[in-house]
Amino acid sequence: MTGQAETIKATGTAVPLLSLTGIVKQFPGTLANDHVDLTVLPGEIHALLGENGAGKSTLVKIIYGVLKPDAGEIRWQGQPIVVQNPNHARRLGIGMVFQHFSLFEALTVAENIALGLTDAADRKGLRARIVEIARSYGLHLDPDRAVHDLSVGERQRIEIVRCLLQKPKLLIMDEPTSVLTPQEVERLFETLRRLAKEGCAILYISHKLEEIRALCERATVMRFGKVVAHCDPRQETAKRLAEMMIGTELKAASHHARGEVNGGPRLEVRALSLKSEQQFGTDLKDISFAVKGGEILGIGGIAGNGQAELMAALSGEMPAAAPDAIVIDGVAAGRLGPRERRALGGCFVPEERNGHGAVRDMSLSENAFLSGHVRRALARNGLINSGKTARFADDVIRSFDVRTTGPSAEARSLSGGNLQKFLVGREVKQSPSVLVVCQPTWGVDAGAAAAIHQALIDLADNGTAVVVISQDLDEIFALADRIAVIAEGRLSQAMPIGEASIEQIGLLMGGTHGAPGESPAASVEGRDAASA
Amino acid sequence: MLLRLEPRGQRSRLWTYASPLLALALTVVTAAVIFAMLGKDPLQSLYVFLISPLTSATGLPELFVKAAPLILIGVGLSLGFRANVWNIGAEGQYTLGAIFAGGLALSYPEAPAILLIPAMMLLGILGGMTWAAIPAYLRTRWNANEILTSLMLTYVAQLLLIYLVTGPWRDPDGYGFPQTALFSSSATPPILFEGTRVHLGVVVAFLAAIVGWIVLTRSVIGFQLRVLGQAPRAARFAGFSQERLVWLSLMVGGGLAGLAGMFEVAGPVGQLTPSISPGYGFTAIIVAFLGRLHPIGVIFGGLILALSYLGGEAAQIDLGMPNAVTGIFQGILLFFLLACDVLILYRLRGPRPLAGGA
Ligand SMILES: Nc1ncnc2c1ncn2[C@@H]1O[C@H](COP(=O)(O)OP(=O)(O)OP(=O)(O)O)[C@@H](O)[C@H]1O
Ligand SMILES: [Mg+2]
Repeated sequence: MTGQAETIKATGTAVPLLSLTGIVKQFPGTLANDHVDLTVLPGEIHALLGENGAGKSTLVKIIYGVLKPDAGEIRWQGQPIVVQNPNHARRLGIGMVFQHFSLFEALTVAENIALGLTDAADRKGLRARIVEIARSYGLHLDPDRAVHDLSVGERQRIEIVRCLLQKPKLLIMDEPTSVLTPQEVERLFETLRRLAKEGCAILYISHKLEEIRALCERATVMRFGKVVAHCDPRQETAKRLAEMMIGTELKAASHHARGEVNGGPRLEVRALSLKSEQQFGTDLKDISFAVKGGEILGIGGIAGNGQAELMAALSGEMPAAAPDAIVIDGVAAGRLGPRERRALGGCFVPEERNGHGAVRDMSLSENAFLSGHVRRALARNGLINSGKTARFADDVIRSFDVRTTGPSAEARSLSGGNLQKFLVGREVKQSPSVLVVCQPTWGVDAGAAAAIHQALIDLADNGTAVVVISQDLDEIFALADRIAVIAEGRLSQAMPIGEASIEQIGLLMGGTHGAPGESPAASVEGRDAASA
Repeated sequence: MLLRLEPRGQRSRLWTYASPLLALALTVVTAAVIFAMLGKDPLQSLYVFLISPLTSATGLPELFVKAAPLILIGVGLSLGFRANVWNIGAEGQYTLGAIFAGGLALSYPEAPAILLIPAMMLLGILGGMTWAAIPAYLRTRWNANEILTSLMLTYVAQLLLIYLVTGPWRDPDGYGFPQTALFSSSATPPILFEGTRVHLGVVVAFLAAIVGWIVLTRSVIGFQLRVLGQAPRAARFAGFSQERLVWLSLMVGGGLAGLAGMFEVAGPVGQLTPSISPGYGFTAIIVAFLGRLHPIGVIFGGLILALSYLGGEAAQIDLGMPNAVTGIFQGILLFFLLACDVLILYRLRGPRPLAGGA
């Protein structure tokens, strides 16, 4: 807690828990960490801030022993050490929740956690301890469910519980809240504050500056691999923090005041019902809505209420039963596959980037081809037109300020936010007639989020029908003309954004149930207060 | 424990290519040890096994003759393996290709070669495809594992061949041996170099590798196969039909295996017998992996494993060893290859550092 950290600072005698000096990490073509110094005191909550690609994930991977620094010293409780690997880090008392988690889809929650444990002895009574930790920290988790049926948010809880089981002295969290619901975030913060009070230091990476201000007492800001500032985030505004990160003034997306949208609907969904393919998925029930060209429809809702299924139904990954259940630009597309829908003008950005929106081990060119080949005519006579494909990828990279070495860089070499920018850009650049995006700014820094929002608005201004599926109500309120809420696979009536009240949306999000003990309305109010 | 494996976190490009070389080196060393344990001079034996087959005038051409079926099959398999379609039954598809083509050769011995050879090639491909269609159907319709179905069909194919050559197709003038009549000269693929056995099939194998290379790296279909193998969800997102790609993989793999069977019985063997293959269909699996599932790599893999067949024959003649030597060499090579491939994803570490670090 603050008190403790400050006393230590005041007396000046305490040994920092962790101190890094002169850490350097060079990737081919990128200097990801350029002589970085960082000090973490016991029991403090320390924020690591920076634009996409600033080198934050790289730095914490070095601390956790995933990457080896090219130069620099790491001291743990005053002792110089070389962190050999994550196992070693865990034995030292360092736990980490990754930006991209690695779980075995076919195994259950408990089995996944057991696999992460180094000592066989730890596995005894594991199930009971999982339940106990999950309960005491308010992380709702059923140890017997298979991972492939879980939402991204639920998967992340597995990683958090896995760390907590090891009773860490330092907990590193790389963008833990990008996929959590507001109430989950609130509960996570309680957990983290409690851990800090118990003496566990927390190194926290996030692009959500309001959260940083609410949670962290010290911050280190990085830009282009270097440390550029230190501050107390509680004393700064979110805007100031963002400007420290990007080094210039922040431009917010200009909300489009287009008033009444004319013209016919470009995307129509009529009484769409669809059985989920996942065992614990959510079936879609009788979903109807229409979006006109030039209009942005926001679909809010708590994760796992059918968003993934709706996305799959719209993109054609799961065809509908009736052809006219989905109509794109007047053509019944319900039975068409993804490529035919793309030919009609439909473009899609799924929630998960790794392995769904992008192939990690393929180059950006190849990933551009993946979804762009139909509309951008990137193939000729069955052969890939590699020149044209690379130019398309390069165009996306430039227009969306994707920080990378070029179209031949592999997708996995990009920082999380930069890959997200690329995937959104890839679809926007295909001049779609209908664009459906899920969590458009997941893991993207404040500057880039504004740029993505602006791109979506510009697209709508040029006549595209845009659907934004997001858990982030602030995002929907900033972007959408109308809002609808998905709960338990049913979609509410869409209402103009000006007429929607937070209370009403909160009630709709709750549907008939929430996770035990969750009151969506209350948390939405909390959120409202926080952003006010 | 002295050595530990530590995840690299990503694939090592270096080890992707270094692994087969290291595996080969380890295999050669192990082979020398085995020769020594059998009481032979290890260096002398290695010379007989690996080098002497290439020194005679017919050595190199024979290497290409043996490599041809391995390359043909290996190219087809590697395309499918890229898409995670595990066709293990190329041996059976090879056999069916031989039966289809052989049947035609026996029925129309007088037909002109210019018609008969292309027709036999087509039937060979068709035979292999027919056999591969069964696992394809079972996989796409009933989600049956193609590893099991394709493998089991191999034994069915072998029994079918034995039935034909001991029954309806047996050579009436063959003194009761289980074999068909020799194929007519117009059913024999042209020899390309006088005095060797290098036949049309060798050129076709190299062509197949080059076409396979272009398909894999440049074509939309090859791209689809790679995406399906690396990220099935992304393939679905892009609208690449898994069902179609499974069919395609098995048809290409089966078709090329069938073609290999046709060339082998029409060329070097010259008739149908129960032993028309020294396990080419299975060896080609090693070839595909040794060649890193890359059609050009498959050429090298095919040549190396072809050498193991020639070496086995030489060891039999010059050293008096059983011909199991070939199988042992191939088995050891696969064993080391699988072991070395671990280094692509893991690095080897010395002993754990002592308490100071921990
Ligand atoms: N394996 C890699 N190979 C090559 N370049 C890499 C690799 N990993 C990271 N990089 C590069 O290093 C830089 C820093 O990446 P890092 O993931 O640390 O950024 P970050 O600050 O975490 O960004 P984000 O907020 O988007 O997650 C980026 O330019 C990235 O492209
Ligand atoms: Mg990151």
